[in-house]
Amino acid sequence: MKALLLIVLSFLSVPAMASEAELSGSNTAWILTSTALVLLMTLPGLALFYGGLVRRKNILSILMQCFAIAGISSVLWLVVGYSLAFGEGNDWIGDFSKVMMNGISKDTLSGDIPESLFMLFQMTFAIITPALIIGGYAERIKFKAVLLFSGIWLLAVYAPIAHWVWGGGWLAKLGIYDFAGGIVVHITAGVAALVAALVIGPRHGFPKTPMMPHNLTMTVTGAGLLWVGWFGFNGGSALAANGDASMAMLVTHISAAMGALTWAAIEWKKFGKASVLGAVTGMVAGLGTITPASGFVGPGGALVIGLLAGIVCFYATVYIKQTLKIDDSLDVFPVHGVGGILGTLLVGVFASTSLGVFSGFGFADGIATMAGQVKVQLIGIVASIVYTAAVTWLILKVVGLMTGGLRVSLEQETTGLDLIEHDESGYNL
Amino acid sequence: MKLITAIIKPFKLDDVREALSEIGVDGLTLTEVKGFGRQKGHTELYRGAEYSVDFLPKMKLEIAVETSFVERVVEAITTSARTGKIGDGKIFVTSIDQIVRIRTGETDNSAI
Repeated sequence: MKALLLIVLSFLSVPAMASEAELSGSNTAWILTSTALVLLMTLPGLALFYGGLVRRKNILSILMQCFAIAGISSVLWLVVGYSLAFGEGNDWIGDFSKVMMNGISKDTLSGDIPESLFMLFQMTFAIITPALIIGGYAERIKFKAVLLFSGIWLLAVYAPIAHWVWGGGWLAKLGIYDFAGGIVVHITAGVAALVAALVIGPRHGFPKTPMMPHNLTMTVTGAGLLWVGWFGFNGGSALAANGDASMAMLVTHISAAMGALTWAAIEWKKFGKASVLGAVTGMVAGLGTITPASGFVGPGGALVIGLLAGIVCFYATVYIKQTLKIDDSLDVFPVHGVGGILGTLLVGVFASTSLGVFSGFGFADGIATMAGQVKVQLIGIVASIVYTAAVTWLILKVVGLMTGGLRVSLEQETTGLDLIEHDESGYNL
Repeated sequence: MKLITAIIKPFKLDDVREALSEIGVDGLTLTEVKGFGRQKGHTELYRGAEYSVDFLPKMKLEIAVETSFVERVVEAITTSARTGKIGDGKIFVTSIDQIVRIRTGETDNSAI
Protein backbone atom coordinates (compact mmCIF):
# COMPACT_ATOMS: atom_id res chain seq x y z
CA MET A 1 0.00 0.00 0.00
CA LYS A 2 2.80 2.32 0.99
CA ALA A 3 4.69 1.52 -2.20
CA LEU A 4 1.60 2.17 -4.27
CA LEU A 5 1.14 5.50 -2.57
CA LEU A 6 4.70 6.45 -3.37
CA ILE A 7 4.22 5.54 -7.01
CA VAL A 8 1.05 7.60 -7.18
CA LEU A 9 2.74 10.51 -5.46
CA SER A 10 5.71 10.34 -7.80
CA PHE A 11 3.35 10.55 -10.77
CA LEU A 12 1.56 13.44 -9.20
CA SER A 13 4.82 15.32 -8.76
CA VAL A 14 5.90 14.82 -12.37
CA PRO A 15 4.08 17.80 -13.86
CA ALA A 16 5.51 20.10 -11.20
CA MET A 17 9.04 18.85 -11.75
CA ALA A 18 8.67 19.18 -15.48
CA SER A 19 7.73 22.85 -15.37
CA GLU A 20 10.59 25.34 -15.70
CA ALA A 21 10.09 27.20 -12.47
CA GLU A 22 7.78 27.21 -9.56
CA LEU A 23 6.73 30.09 -7.42
CA SER A 24 8.68 30.27 -4.20
CA GLY A 25 6.50 31.51 -1.38
CA SER A 26 9.43 32.43 0.82
CA ASN A 27 11.22 34.37 -1.88
CA THR A 28 7.99 36.11 -2.82
CA ALA A 29 7.36 37.07 0.79
CA TRP A 30 10.81 38.55 1.16
CA ILE A 31 10.63 40.58 -2.04
CA LEU A 32 7.17 41.85 -1.08
CA THR A 33 8.76 43.04 2.15
CA SER A 34 11.79 44.48 0.38
CA THR A 35 9.55 46.39 -2.01
CA ALA A 36 7.87 48.09 0.92
CA LEU A 37 11.27 48.85 2.46
CA VAL A 38 12.56 50.46 -0.73
CA LEU A 39 9.47 52.66 -1.00
CA LEU A 40 10.12 53.64 2.62
CA MET A 41 13.46 55.01 1.43
CA THR A 42 11.84 57.65 -0.76
CA LEU A 43 8.63 58.20 1.15
CA PRO A 44 9.31 59.18 3.85
CA GLY A 45 13.09 58.56 4.14
CA LEU A 46 14.57 60.71 1.41
CA ALA A 47 11.75 63.25 1.67
CA LEU A 48 12.58 63.95 5.32
CA PHE A 49 16.33 63.68 4.82
CA TYR A 50 16.29 66.29 2.07
CA GLY A 51 13.40 68.25 3.61
CA GLY A 52 15.34 69.04 6.75
CA LEU A 53 18.34 70.22 4.76
CA VAL A 54 16.57 73.02 2.91
CA ARG A 55 15.45 76.36 4.32
CA ARG A 56 12.12 76.63 6.05
CA LYS A 57 10.46 78.31 3.08
CA ASN A 58 11.15 75.33 0.80
CA ILE A 59 10.31 72.32 2.95
CA LEU A 60 7.00 71.57 1.26
CA SER A 61 8.50 71.86 -2.20
CA ILE A 62 10.89 69.02 -1.35
CA LEU A 63 8.17 66.81 0.11
CA MET A 64 5.95 67.55 -2.87
CA GLN A 65 8.69 66.78 -5.38
CA CYS A 66 9.29 63.39 -3.75
CA PHE A 67 5.59 62.55 -3.79
CA ALA A 68 5.06 63.82 -7.32
CA ILE A 69 8.04 61.85 -8.61
CA ALA A 70 6.73 58.73 -6.88
CA GLY A 71 3.51 59.23 -8.85
CA ILE A 72 5.07 60.01 -12.20
CA SER A 73 7.68 57.26 -12.05
CA SER A 74 5.11 54.66 -11.01
CA VAL A 75 2.77 55.48 -13.88
CA LEU A 76 5.54 55.73 -16.48
CA TRP A 77 7.13 52.51 -15.23
CA LEU A 78 3.85 50.69 -15.79
CA VAL A 79 3.16 52.29 -19.16
CA VAL A 80 6.55 51.88 -20.79
CA GLY A 81 9.52 52.19 -18.41
CA TYR A 82 9.59 48.57 -17.25
CA SER A 83 9.40 47.37 -20.84
CA LEU A 84 12.24 49.64 -21.94
CA ALA A 85 14.42 48.45 -19.06
CA PHE A 86 13.52 44.77 -18.84
CA GLY A 87 11.95 43.94 -22.20
CA GLU A 88 14.28 41.77 -24.28
CA GLY A 89 15.22 44.37 -26.90
CA ASN A 90 18.86 44.64 -27.84
CA ASP A 91 22.14 45.47 -26.08
CA TRP A 92 21.17 49.11 -25.63
CA ILE A 93 17.49 49.27 -24.78
CA GLY A 94 14.56 46.99 -24.08
CA ASP A 95 11.47 46.91 -26.27
CA PHE A 96 7.74 47.54 -26.10
CA SER A 97 6.79 43.92 -25.46
CA LYS A 98 5.85 44.57 -21.83
CA VAL A 99 4.11 47.91 -22.29
CA MET A 100 1.27 48.18 -19.77
CA MET A 101 2.34 44.77 -18.39
CA ASN A 102 1.25 43.25 -21.68
CA GLY A 103 1.13 39.46 -21.44
CA ILE A 104 1.92 39.43 -17.75
CA SER A 105 -0.74 37.88 -15.56
CA LYS A 106 -0.72 37.18 -11.86
CA ASP A 107 0.68 33.74 -12.63
CA THR A 108 3.60 34.95 -14.75
CA LEU A 109 6.90 34.35 -13.02
CA SER A 110 10.21 36.15 -13.12
CA GLY A 111 12.61 33.56 -11.76
CA ASP A 112 10.59 32.08 -8.93
CA ILE A 113 8.70 35.20 -7.88
CA PRO A 114 5.71 36.78 -9.66
CA GLU A 115 6.78 39.09 -12.45
CA SER A 116 4.26 41.63 -11.16
CA LEU A 117 6.32 41.70 -7.95
CA PHE A 118 9.64 41.98 -9.77
CA MET A 119 8.19 44.85 -11.78
CA LEU A 120 6.92 46.53 -8.60
CA PHE A 121 10.24 46.03 -6.79
CA GLN A 122 12.05 47.61 -9.73
CA MET A 123 9.46 50.40 -9.78
CA THR A 124 10.57 51.48 -6.30
CA PHE A 125 14.11 51.87 -7.65
CA ALA A 126 12.73 53.91 -10.54
CA ILE A 127 11.05 56.14 -7.96
CA ILE A 128 14.02 56.84 -5.75
CA THR A 129 16.51 57.55 -8.53
CA PRO A 130 14.92 60.71 -9.99
CA ALA A 131 13.95 61.66 -6.44
CA LEU A 132 17.60 61.63 -5.43
CA ILE A 133 18.34 64.19 -8.16
CA ILE A 134 16.11 66.87 -6.63
CA GLY A 135 18.85 67.57 -4.10
CA GLY A 136 20.96 69.06 -6.89
CA TYR A 137 18.46 71.71 -7.90
CA ALA A 138 16.58 72.20 -4.62
CA GLU A 139 15.15 75.60 -3.65
CA ARG A 140 15.08 77.27 -7.07
CA ILE A 141 13.37 75.18 -9.76
CA LYS A 142 9.85 75.48 -11.14
CA PHE A 143 7.57 72.62 -10.13
CA LYS A 144 6.47 71.98 -13.70
CA ALA A 145 10.13 71.70 -14.71
CA VAL A 146 10.63 69.04 -12.03
CA LEU A 147 7.68 67.04 -13.36
CA LEU A 148 8.78 67.18 -16.99
CA PHE A 149 12.45 66.60 -16.25
CA SER A 150 11.85 63.65 -13.95
CA GLY A 151 9.49 61.89 -16.35
CA ILE A 152 11.66 62.31 -19.42
CA TRP A 153 14.83 61.47 -17.48
CA LEU A 154 13.33 58.23 -16.19
CA LEU A 155 12.66 57.01 -19.72
CA ALA A 156 15.71 58.45 -21.46
CA VAL A 157 18.41 57.83 -18.85
CA TYR A 158 17.29 55.47 -16.12
CA ALA A 159 15.52 52.86 -18.24
CA PRO A 160 18.32 52.37 -20.80
CA ILE A 161 21.05 52.18 -18.16
CA ALA A 162 18.97 49.74 -16.10
CA HIS A 163 18.75 47.69 -19.30
CA TRP A 164 22.51 47.86 -19.89
CA VAL A 165 23.26 46.61 -16.40
CA TRP A 166 20.30 44.51 -15.26
CA GLY A 167 18.17 43.91 -18.36
CA GLY A 168 20.68 41.78 -20.27
CA GLY A 169 22.28 44.74 -22.08
CA TRP A 170 25.89 45.24 -23.12
CA LEU A 171 27.32 45.90 -19.66
CA ALA A 172 25.61 42.80 -18.28
CA LYS A 173 27.21 40.80 -21.11
CA LEU A 174 30.63 42.19 -20.21
CA GLY A 175 30.14 40.80 -16.70
CA ILE A 176 29.63 44.06 -14.84
CA TYR A 177 28.94 43.85 -11.13
CA ASP A 178 26.23 46.19 -9.88
CA PHE A 179 24.23 44.33 -7.28
CA ALA A 180 21.67 46.93 -6.25
CA GLY A 181 22.32 50.04 -8.29
CA GLY A 182 25.70 51.68 -7.78
CA ILE A 183 25.64 52.56 -11.46
CA VAL A 184 21.93 52.38 -12.21
CA VAL A 185 20.82 54.44 -9.22
CA HIS A 186 23.68 56.31 -7.57
CA ILE A 187 25.99 57.25 -10.43
CA THR A 188 23.09 58.26 -12.67
CA ALA A 189 21.40 60.30 -9.93
CA GLY A 190 24.66 61.89 -8.75
CA VAL A 191 25.82 62.88 -12.23
CA ALA A 192 22.37 64.16 -13.18
CA ALA A 193 22.23 66.27 -10.01
CA LEU A 194 25.63 67.79 -10.77
CA VAL A 195 24.66 68.59 -14.35
CA ALA A 196 21.37 70.07 -13.15
CA ALA A 197 23.18 72.21 -10.58
CA LEU A 198 25.48 73.53 -13.31
CA VAL A 199 22.74 74.15 -15.88
CA ILE A 200 20.32 75.78 -13.43
CA GLY A 201 22.99 77.73 -11.59
CA PRO A 202 23.50 78.35 -7.90
CA ARG A 203 20.84 79.52 -5.47
CA HIS A 204 20.73 83.27 -5.10
CA GLY A 205 23.36 84.29 -2.57
CA PHE A 206 25.41 81.10 -2.87
CA PRO A 207 28.09 80.72 -1.55
CA LYS A 208 28.15 83.89 0.57
CA THR A 209 24.75 83.79 2.25
CA PRO A 210 24.41 81.09 4.88
CA MET A 211 21.79 78.55 3.80
CA MET A 212 21.65 76.42 6.88
CA PRO A 213 19.50 73.30 7.16
CA HIS A 214 16.20 74.30 8.73
CA ASN A 215 15.51 71.11 10.67
CA LEU A 216 18.24 68.58 11.28
CA THR A 217 15.92 66.52 13.46
CA MET A 218 13.90 65.84 10.32
CA THR A 219 17.08 65.03 8.40
CA VAL A 220 18.25 62.53 10.99
CA THR A 221 14.80 60.91 11.07
CA GLY A 222 14.90 60.57 7.29
CA ALA A 223 18.43 59.20 7.41
CA GLY A 224 17.33 56.55 9.90
CA LEU A 225 14.52 55.52 7.58
CA LEU A 226 16.99 55.36 4.68
CA TRP A 227 19.24 53.03 6.65
CA VAL A 228 16.34 50.68 7.40
CA GLY A 229 14.95 50.90 3.86
CA TRP A 230 18.36 50.09 2.40
CA PHE A 231 18.00 46.58 3.82
CA GLY A 232 15.27 46.05 1.24
CA PHE A 233 17.24 47.88 -1.44
CA ASN A 234 20.31 45.65 -1.18
CA GLY A 235 18.91 42.61 0.62
CA GLY A 236 16.00 42.45 -1.80
CA SER A 237 18.28 42.63 -4.81
CA ALA A 238 19.20 39.00 -4.19
CA LEU A 239 15.62 38.38 -5.38
CA ALA A 240 15.47 35.49 -2.94
CA ALA A 241 15.27 34.84 0.78
CA ASN A 242 18.62 33.16 1.05
CA GLY A 243 22.25 33.51 2.06
CA ASP A 244 22.92 36.07 -0.69
CA ALA A 245 20.24 38.30 0.76
CA SER A 246 21.41 37.99 4.33
CA MET A 247 25.04 38.55 3.39
CA ALA A 248 24.06 41.57 1.28
CA MET A 249 22.15 42.95 4.22
CA LEU A 250 25.01 42.35 6.61
CA VAL A 251 27.59 44.09 4.43
CA THR A 252 25.14 46.95 3.86
CA HIS A 253 24.79 47.45 7.57
CA ILE A 254 28.54 47.24 8.23
CA SER A 255 29.37 49.74 5.51
CA ALA A 256 26.75 52.22 6.77
CA ALA A 257 28.04 51.97 10.32
CA MET A 258 31.64 52.40 9.23
CA GLY A 259 30.77 55.30 6.93
CA ALA A 260 29.01 57.13 9.77
CA LEU A 261 31.89 56.60 12.19
CA THR A 262 34.50 57.63 9.63
CA TRP A 263 32.83 60.88 8.59
CA ALA A 264 32.24 61.81 12.23
CA ALA A 265 35.85 60.99 13.10
CA ILE A 266 37.21 63.16 10.29
CA GLU A 267 35.12 66.09 11.49
CA TRP A 268 36.18 65.51 15.07
CA LYS A 269 39.83 65.58 14.06
CA LYS A 270 39.48 68.48 11.65
CA PHE A 271 36.98 70.74 13.39
CA GLY A 272 37.07 69.60 17.00
CA LYS A 273 33.54 68.17 17.08
CA ALA A 274 31.66 65.29 15.51
CA SER A 275 28.50 66.72 13.93
CA VAL A 276 25.21 64.87 13.68
CA LEU A 277 24.76 65.86 10.04
CA GLY A 278 28.26 64.53 9.37
CA ALA A 279 27.47 61.19 10.96
CA VAL A 280 24.27 60.67 8.99
CA THR A 281 25.88 61.87 5.76
CA GLY A 282 28.71 59.39 6.27
CA MET A 283 26.11 56.71 6.81
CA VAL A 284 24.38 57.51 3.52
CA ALA A 285 27.78 57.57 1.79
CA GLY A 286 28.54 54.13 3.24
CA LEU A 287 25.18 52.84 2.02
CA GLY A 288 25.54 54.27 -1.47
CA THR A 289 29.07 52.93 -1.80
CA ILE A 290 28.30 49.37 -0.70
CA THR A 291 25.22 49.20 -2.94
CA PRO A 292 26.91 47.93 -6.14
CA ALA A 293 29.14 45.63 -4.13
CA SER A 294 26.62 44.31 -1.65
CA GLY A 295 26.04 40.85 -3.17
CA PHE A 296 29.66 40.23 -4.06
CA VAL A 297 31.80 41.21 -1.09
CA GLY A 298 32.18 39.91 2.44
CA PRO A 299 31.97 41.80 5.74
CA GLY A 300 35.72 42.53 5.74
CA GLY A 301 35.45 44.16 2.33
CA ALA A 302 32.38 46.07 3.53
CA LEU A 303 34.33 47.50 6.45
CA VAL A 304 37.00 48.85 4.11
CA ILE A 305 34.37 50.10 1.66
CA GLY A 306 32.56 51.96 4.47
CA LEU A 307 35.82 53.48 5.65
CA LEU A 308 36.80 54.65 2.18
CA ALA A 309 33.26 55.93 1.56
CA GLY A 310 33.52 58.13 4.66
CA ILE A 311 36.89 59.54 3.66
CA VAL A 312 36.39 59.98 -0.09
CA CYS A 313 32.83 61.33 0.07
CA PHE A 314 33.77 63.78 2.83
CA TYR A 315 36.57 65.34 0.81
CA ALA A 316 34.47 65.23 -2.37
CA THR A 317 31.74 67.21 -0.61
CA VAL A 318 34.15 69.89 0.56
CA TYR A 319 35.82 70.01 -2.86
CA ILE A 320 32.66 70.32 -4.96
CA LYS A 321 30.98 72.93 -2.82
CA GLN A 322 33.75 74.96 -1.31
CA THR A 323 36.56 74.70 -3.81
CA LEU A 324 34.67 74.42 -7.10
CA LYS A 325 31.72 76.45 -5.72
CA ILE A 326 29.15 74.31 -7.47
CA ASP A 327 25.78 74.54 -5.75
CA ASP A 328 24.77 70.89 -5.87
CA SER A 329 22.60 72.02 -3.01
CA LEU A 330 22.14 68.87 -0.97
CA ASP A 331 25.43 67.24 -2.07
CA VAL A 332 23.93 64.56 -4.27
CA PHE A 333 27.00 64.09 -6.46
CA PRO A 334 29.67 63.93 -3.76
CA VAL A 335 27.63 61.59 -1.58
CA HIS A 336 25.72 59.40 -4.07
CA GLY A 337 27.65 59.87 -7.30
CA VAL A 338 31.12 59.61 -5.84
CA GLY A 339 29.95 56.83 -3.52
CA GLY A 340 28.46 54.95 -6.47
CA ILE A 341 31.65 55.35 -8.50
CA LEU A 342 33.84 54.28 -5.60
CA GLY A 343 31.72 51.24 -4.78
CA THR A 344 31.42 50.19 -8.41
CA LEU A 345 35.20 50.26 -8.65
CA LEU A 346 35.84 48.61 -5.29
CA VAL A 347 33.57 45.65 -6.00
CA GLY A 348 36.12 44.73 -8.67
CA VAL A 349 38.68 44.50 -5.88
CA PHE A 350 36.78 43.05 -2.94
CA ALA A 351 34.90 40.42 -4.94
CA SER A 352 38.25 38.64 -5.10
CA THR A 353 38.44 35.35 -3.22
CA SER A 354 42.12 35.74 -2.42
CA LEU A 355 42.15 38.65 0.04
CA GLY A 356 42.01 36.62 3.24
CA VAL A 357 39.42 38.01 5.65
CA PHE A 358 38.64 40.76 3.14
CA SER A 359 37.65 38.27 0.43
CA GLY A 360 34.40 38.26 -1.47
CA PHE A 361 32.60 35.68 -3.53
CA GLY A 362 34.51 35.72 -6.79
CA PHE A 363 34.47 37.54 -10.12
CA ALA A 364 31.86 37.39 -12.83
CA ASP A 365 31.67 34.41 -15.17
CA GLY A 366 34.45 34.57 -17.72
CA ILE A 367 36.53 37.05 -15.71
CA ALA A 368 39.57 35.53 -14.03
CA THR A 369 41.50 38.42 -12.53
CA MET A 370 40.97 41.48 -10.39
CA ALA A 371 42.30 43.64 -13.22
CA GLY A 372 39.76 42.10 -15.57
CA GLN A 373 36.83 42.82 -13.25
CA VAL A 374 38.05 46.34 -12.43
CA LYS A 375 38.37 47.08 -16.14
CA VAL A 376 34.76 46.07 -16.76
CA GLN A 377 33.66 48.14 -13.76
CA LEU A 378 35.55 51.15 -15.12
CA ILE A 379 33.93 50.78 -18.52
CA GLY A 380 30.55 50.80 -16.81
CA ILE A 381 31.41 53.85 -14.73
CA VAL A 382 32.69 55.90 -17.67
CA ALA A 383 29.85 54.89 -19.97
CA SER A 384 27.18 55.68 -17.40
CA ILE A 385 28.74 59.04 -16.52
CA VAL A 386 29.10 60.13 -20.14
CA TYR A 387 25.63 58.97 -21.20
CA THR A 388 23.92 60.39 -18.11
CA ALA A 389 25.70 63.74 -18.33
CA ALA A 390 24.99 64.24 -22.03
CA VAL A 391 21.35 63.17 -22.01
CA THR A 392 20.56 64.96 -18.73
CA TRP A 393 21.99 68.17 -20.17
CA LEU A 394 19.88 67.78 -23.29
CA ILE A 395 16.73 67.07 -21.30
CA LEU A 396 17.30 70.13 -19.11
CA LYS A 397 17.72 72.33 -22.18
CA VAL A 398 14.53 70.97 -23.76
CA VAL A 399 12.55 71.26 -20.53
CA GLY A 400 13.91 74.79 -20.12
CA LEU A 401 12.44 75.70 -23.48
CA MET A 402 9.14 74.04 -22.65
CA THR A 403 8.77 75.83 -19.32
CA GLY A 404 10.15 79.26 -20.24
CA GLY A 405 13.24 78.72 -18.10
CA LEU A 406 13.83 76.11 -15.44
CA ARG A 407 14.14 78.59 -12.58
CA VAL A 408 11.68 80.65 -10.68
CA SER A 409 12.35 84.40 -10.61
CA LEU A 410 14.67 85.94 -8.05
CA GLU A 411 11.72 87.42 -6.20
CA GLN A 412 9.99 84.04 -6.11
CA GLU A 413 13.15 82.30 -4.98
CA THR A 414 13.47 84.78 -2.13
CA THR A 415 9.86 84.20 -1.10
CA GLY A 416 10.33 80.44 -1.20
CA LEU A 417 8.92 77.66 -3.33
CA ASP A 418 6.30 76.56 -0.78
CA LEU A 419 4.27 79.72 -1.25
CA ILE A 420 5.21 80.37 -4.87
CA GLU A 421 4.55 76.90 -6.26
CA HIS A 422 2.04 75.43 -3.85
CA ASP A 423 0.35 78.30 -2.00
CA GLU A 424 1.08 76.64 1.31
CA SER A 425 3.51 77.04 4.21
CA GLY A 426 5.23 74.19 5.95
CA TYR A 427 4.92 75.82 9.34
CA ASN A 428 2.26 78.04 10.83
CA LEU A 429 3.60 78.35 14.33
CA MET B 1 12.71 106.78 38.55
CA LYS B 2 15.02 104.63 36.53
CA LEU B 3 14.64 101.76 34.13
CA ILE B 4 17.29 99.10 34.54
CA THR B 5 17.73 96.97 31.43
CA ALA B 6 19.98 93.98 31.92
CA ILE B 7 21.16 91.59 29.22
CA ILE B 8 22.30 88.35 30.78
CA LYS B 9 23.21 84.78 29.88
CA PRO B 10 20.10 82.60 29.81
CA PHE B 11 21.46 80.05 32.27
CA LYS B 12 21.98 82.80 34.88
CA LEU B 13 18.31 83.80 34.88
CA ASP B 14 17.35 81.80 37.99
CA ASP B 15 20.28 83.19 40.01
CA VAL B 16 19.44 86.75 39.02
CA ARG B 17 15.75 86.27 39.76
CA GLU B 18 16.62 84.99 43.22
CA ALA B 19 19.04 87.81 43.96
CA LEU B 20 16.46 90.39 42.90
CA SER B 21 13.78 88.79 45.10
CA GLU B 22 16.13 88.94 48.07
CA ILE B 23 16.56 92.70 47.79
CA GLY B 24 12.83 93.19 47.29
CA VAL B 25 12.32 93.81 43.59
CA ASP B 26 8.57 93.51 43.04
CA GLY B 27 8.31 93.11 39.30
CA LEU B 28 10.22 92.77 36.11
CA THR B 29 9.69 92.12 32.43
CA LEU B 30 11.60 89.34 30.74
CA THR B 31 12.26 88.96 27.02
CA GLU B 32 14.19 86.29 25.14
CA VAL B 33 16.50 88.20 22.82
CA LYS B 34 19.44 87.65 20.53
CA GLY B 35 22.51 89.77 20.09
CA PHE B 36 26.24 90.06 20.27
CA GLY B 37 28.94 92.12 21.91
CA ARG B 38 32.65 91.46 22.19
CA GLN B 39 31.87 87.79 22.43
CA LYS B 40 30.77 87.96 18.78
CA GLY B 41 28.81 84.92 17.63
CA HIS B 42 29.78 81.35 17.19
CA THR B 43 30.33 79.16 14.17
CA GLU B 44 28.26 76.22 13.01
CA LEU B 45 29.55 73.56 10.65
CA TYR B 46 27.35 71.73 8.16
CA ARG B 47 29.11 69.10 6.07
CA GLY B 48 32.36 70.97 6.48
CA ALA B 49 30.87 74.35 5.49
CA GLU B 50 31.36 76.95 8.18
CA TYR B 51 28.56 79.40 8.94
CA SER B 52 29.11 82.20 11.41
CA VAL B 53 26.11 82.85 13.60
CA ASP B 54 26.33 86.44 14.82
CA PHE B 55 23.45 86.51 17.22
CA LEU B 56 23.58 84.58 20.45
CA PRO B 57 20.56 83.91 22.66
CA LYS B 58 20.33 86.19 25.71
CA MET B 59 17.73 87.23 28.27
CA LYS B 60 16.68 90.84 28.65
CA LEU B 61 15.32 91.97 32.02
CA GLU B 62 13.58 95.30 32.41
CA ILE B 63 13.08 96.61 35.94
CA ALA B 64 11.63 99.98 36.89
CA VAL B 65 12.83 101.26 40.30
CA GLU B 66 13.03 104.35 42.47
CA THR B 67 16.25 106.21 41.84
CA SER B 68 17.56 105.51 45.34
CA PHE B 69 17.19 101.77 44.74
CA VAL B 70 19.20 101.64 41.50
CA GLU B 71 22.57 100.91 43.03
CA ARG B 72 21.39 97.85 44.98
CA VAL B 73 19.63 96.38 41.98
CA VAL B 74 22.63 96.87 39.73
CA GLU B 75 24.84 95.32 42.38
CA ALA B 76 22.55 92.31 42.76
CA ILE B 77 22.42 91.67 39.03
CA THR B 78 26.15 92.16 38.56
CA THR B 79 26.97 89.71 41.32
CA SER B 80 24.46 87.06 40.40
CA ALA B 81 24.92 87.13 36.60
CA ARG B 82 28.70 87.15 36.55
CA THR B 83 30.68 84.12 35.42
CA GLY B 84 33.87 86.04 34.68
CA LYS B 85 33.86 84.77 31.11
CA ILE B 86 33.18 86.72 27.95
CA GLY B 87 29.50 87.23 27.11
CA ASP B 88 28.19 87.85 30.64
CA GLY B 89 26.11 90.77 29.37
CA LYS B 90 25.45 94.43 30.20
CA ILE B 91 23.27 96.62 32.37
CA PHE B 92 21.81 99.89 31.11
CA VAL B 93 20.26 102.46 33.43
CA THR B 94 17.95 105.02 31.83
CA SER B 95 15.64 107.66 33.18
CA ILE B 96 11.87 107.27 33.17
CA ASP B 97 9.68 110.31 32.55
CA GLN B 98 6.41 108.86 33.67
CA ILE B 99 4.87 105.65 34.99
CA VAL B 100 1.17 104.84 35.10
CA ARG B 101 -0.41 101.75 36.69
CA ILE B 102 -3.21 100.97 34.30
CA ARG B 103 -5.54 99.29 36.79
CA THR B 104 -5.65 102.10 39.37
CA GLY B 105 -4.41 105.14 37.54
CA GLU B 106 -1.59 105.60 40.12
CA THR B 107 1.44 107.36 38.73
CA ASP B 108 5.21 107.49 39.07
CA ASN B 109 6.81 106.14 42.29
CA SER B 110 3.56 104.77 43.63
CA ALA B 111 3.00 102.95 40.37
CA ILE B 112 6.31 101.06 40.42
